[in-house]
Amino acid sequence: MNHAHADNERRELLDQIRAIEFMTIDLNLYLDTHPNDRRALNEYNYYTRQLQALRKEYEMRYGPLTNFGYSLSQYPWAWINEPWPWEEDHYMEGC
Amino acid sequence: MWVYEKKLQYPVRIKNPNPKMAKYIITQYGGPDGELAASLRYLSQRYHMPIPEAKAVLNDIGTEELAHFEMVGAMVYQLMKGACPEEIKMADVGTYFADHDNAVYPSTGTGVPFTAAYIQSKGDPIADLHEDLAAEQKARATYENLIKLADDPDVIDPLRFLREREIVHFQRFGEVLQKVREYMESKKYF
Repeated sequence: MNHAHADNERRELLDQIRAIEFMTIDLNLYLDTHPNDRRALNEYNYYTRQLQALRKEYEMRYGPLTNFGYSLSQYPWAWINEPWPWEEDHYMEGC
Repeated sequence: MWVYEKKLQYPVRIKNPNPKMAKYIITQYGGPDGELAASLRYLSQRYHMPIPEAKAVLNDIGTEELAHFEMVGAMVYQLMKGACPEEIKMADVGTYFADHDNAVYPSTGTGVPFTAAYIQSKGDPIADLHEDLAAEQKARATYENLIKLADDPDVIDPLRFLREREIVHFQRFGEVLQKVREYMESKKYF
């Protein structure tokens, strides 16, 4: 498996996490003003479970998504590993 | 307490540097209707909200705005990264470059630095929520202007996402305003 392929897989999983997390964010805001909507709450819990499973899968393969005690780290401390979220190594070479 | 997630809320993957576009977009980083102002406004106003729904909405939207602040920062970073001084001169971004090189600094496109004077925290929930509704509309209008200025799909895509979030936030603030009004009316008459 070459590097570009592994990077694509990582990115795909991250996109999946983002899509599910988007559902939880949007439902969360909706529930803030509709706390008695049982259907929305069930959906929130449904996507939250999916998100927890996806995060776990990602972190096992690519390292922690969160710090401060929310994710375990292998040796050496993996939190500092690149890329950081604002670095998508797509752009052209600098001058 | 906040916990950082090592990912953007929505992907920003800009292949081609474009310092001119960076100069347009940076106002949503540190300008009057930008994401930093939005976040500080809601997170400061939440302390004086009278009902749980209002506290939650201001807390949670204020938090989401921080994620948008990061996305806009990533856009500016990627648009400036790899641009040569020649391109920067051509794009008329030399004044920014002189002060900040290719760095990301919270200001407007014309170089006015970020200031808390962009926001208010009035201690009056009705007044604050009206400001919040207006803020979301102003941010939506800014994103629409930016989309008109952009021609790169890598740039337009995240701008569209951010624009849509302003509309959802406006909706939630409208619901909160209604609930706060009802609460205050009920206090007045009973």
